[in-house]
Amino acid sequence: MNIIAYIAVVIFIVGFICKVRVWTKVPAPLKIVTTPAPITYPGVILRMASEVFLFRSLFRGNKLLWLGGWIFHISLLFIVLRHLRYFFYPVPAWIMSLQTIGIYAGYIILLPLIYLLLRRWTVEINSYISNAMDYFTLFLIIGIAFTGILMKQYIRVDLVDVKAFMLGLLTLHPTISPGDILFLVHFLLVLFLILYFPFSKLMHAGGIFFSPTRNQRDNAREIRHITPWSNI
Amino acid sequence: MVSEKIEAPILTGSITVPKIKENASIDQKCHHAAEKHMEKLGFPGVKPVDWKEKALKKMKELLKKYRSLKVYLDTCVRCGSCADKCHYFLGTGDPKNMPVARQELFRKIYKRYFTVEGKVLGGLTNAEDLTEEVLEEWYTYFHQCSQCRRCSVFCPYGIDTAEISMAAREIMDSIGVGQKYCNEVLGKVYDLGNNLGMPGPALRNTLDFFEEDIQETTGVDVKLPLDVVGAEVLLVSPSADFFSAPHVDSLVGYAKIFHKAGISWTLSSYASEFANFGMFIGSYAVMKKVATRILDEARRLKVKRLIVGECGHAWRVGYSFWNTLIGPLDFLDPKYPIPQHICEFSLDLVNSGAVKFDKSANDEFTVTYHDSCNVARATRMGDKPGGQFEIPRALIRACCNKFVDMPDDVNREKTFCCGGGGGLLTEEIMDLRVKGTQPKAQALKDLMESHQVNLMVMICAICKAHFSHVLPHYGIPMETVGGVHQLINNAIVL
Repeated sequence: MNIIAYIAVVIFIVGFICKVRVWTKVPAPLKIVTTPAPITYPGVILRMASEVFLFRSLFRGNKLLWLGGWIFHISLLFIVLRHLRYFFYPVPAWIMSLQTIGIYAGYIILLPLIYLLLRRWTVEINSYISNAMDYFTLFLIIGIAFTGILMKQYIRVDLVDVKAFMLGLLTLHPTISPGDILFLVHFLLVLFLILYFPFSKLMHAGGIFFSPTRNQRDNAREIRHITPWSNI
Repeated sequence: MVSEKIEAPILTGSITVPKIKENASIDQKCHHAAEKHMEKLGFPGVKPVDWKEKALKKMKELLKKYRSLKVYLDTCVRCGSCADKCHYFLGTGDPKNMPVARQELFRKIYKRYFTVEGKVLGGLTNAEDLTEEVLEEWYTYFHQCSQCRRCSVFCPYGIDTAEISMAAREIMDSIGVGQKYCNEVLGKVYDLGNNLGMPGPALRNTLDFFEEDIQETTGVDVKLPLDVVGAEVLLVSPSADFFSAPHVDSLVGYAKIFHKAGISWTLSSYASEFANFGMFIGSYAVMKKVATRILDEARRLKVKRLIVGECGHAWRVGYSFWNTLIGPLDFLDPKYPIPQHICEFSLDLVNSGAVKFDKSANDEFTVTYHDSCNVARATRMGDKPGGQFEIPRALIRACCNKFVDMPDDVNREKTFCCGGGGGLLTEEIMDLRVKGTQPKAQALKDLMESHQVNLMVMICAICKAHFSHVLPHYGIPMETVGGVHQLINNAIVL
């Protein structure tokens, strides 16, 4: 179990970095920003923030999907933050303060997940564009949420064991993993998710920052935009 | 294959998502470019035996040259926000015209040959081998994208299908599979400097005719100068302005406004084309070569300013790309934007009081404005974001009494393509073009009924040509289509 965990984490980190490195290295030879667009850097930061935190373009494209997508991501954020309590000893106060909202988020997240799944299944155009991995990713996350809720609500696991195990992993002094099946399933699914992350569409989390139609300034006439190969 | 039957969809009163009809527009296929037209642009004349290896090699090259392509292929989550935003999908119901599905035609090959997951998981990620069938599909559907970027407005990651269709076309050109319309037109630009293949003397004759016509109708001696060394301004306009209706009315409008402003100007017979189809075929080299004619001519004629006429995609090339392609244009007067759009130029004159309009000259018209896709989503005018919307509208309001704006969902950056952009302004796919016009035709028809609109003006030569040809299929007279400077032509006090 320890080895699997380390392998998954290493693949995640290396894979993520490699992908981002490629994106950084490939030039954007032309100004292709989608206008109207900001002219200054602070404007670009504001535009990116509105995309990253509020999903502005998606809001303009499809309100219901926006609602589903946004609730899903914000829930995920609180869930991940809440789970940090298993990686710190003592647990910092700010993580403790997120305990209640994090637990609610863990239940709420099922709603958008089920909506996203049903949408792919039942709406004709979405069903047409969905492939096996789109469903797989949703099922994987639903599985993680479901096992998480089971542990929290119905079949309690020994959290002291779990925390000792996590701290062991984190401090590179691995201990024997807890024997609790439900925890192991939950943990393995998470490991699989992060292992799969760099090879999948989940990389949209990084991709958005490299999108020339969103991160460029609209100043083509004012400042000559040149990159090595295009300056021929 | 020329479409025998042209079917205009019935306008139902609203723009709705159609039922999926597999292969509904598969017969709408552009003619292939002939060997001589391919070779003229430096592409192989015929498809080589090892086309597949060559195509993949080209793909690999482009993935290293264009961040947009690489990031967009990696990032799409198939959320479907773009799916119902394409006019060709709304008009035909062919699922491969959904932007995400169009991208997938490219992405499945990218996955198969350039990603770990595609190689390992294969079809589960939608990865697919590059075959003759796939190439056919590419040719058909990447020539059913007008590169209008409407999808990119609604994509949470800004994925621009135009970038992908440009790359696909560049790959196809590199293996001898090019599109006739664009490549033939580009050949004419290489030879004679304009899309129409019109030589200098013919251009002079046309301009003489306009001068006589203005003299007759107004009694004023307005000149349309050609190849004048030392003029203050070089005006580069789409060549359609010299010959086509309603384009010519805008050209006369430019001439009158230069006359009234008392600024010396000239057209050029060498750089007699603003359009740059190099963008449509995704070729940086061709685009640069076409643009270079204008640079060379601006230098030779020793002009101080570069002003450009009403053309949408060319304004994108001029505004967004010229500085990169042929810049820095530092021999021009830095007091003015380089290049300057004719609408920016005219509005400045209006605001300074140098030109006056008799608005009543346009009283027979209730006017609306069509935002052309490239102007709206890929450029700016003036010094504030959104100037590309406000400046043409301010001009229209200055020279006519009755103006009605389009509804929000088809206006400004949410505007729909006319249906003929991106190198698709060709007869053999007329059925597709007519169907792609449905959303904008619907919006126009509504305004005609609710506000008695009888003129839709625009600043794009392709939009003008396409709409005047296609709107009659929807029972809308071709005279409903006009240019912004056509209104100026009517109303300017000489």
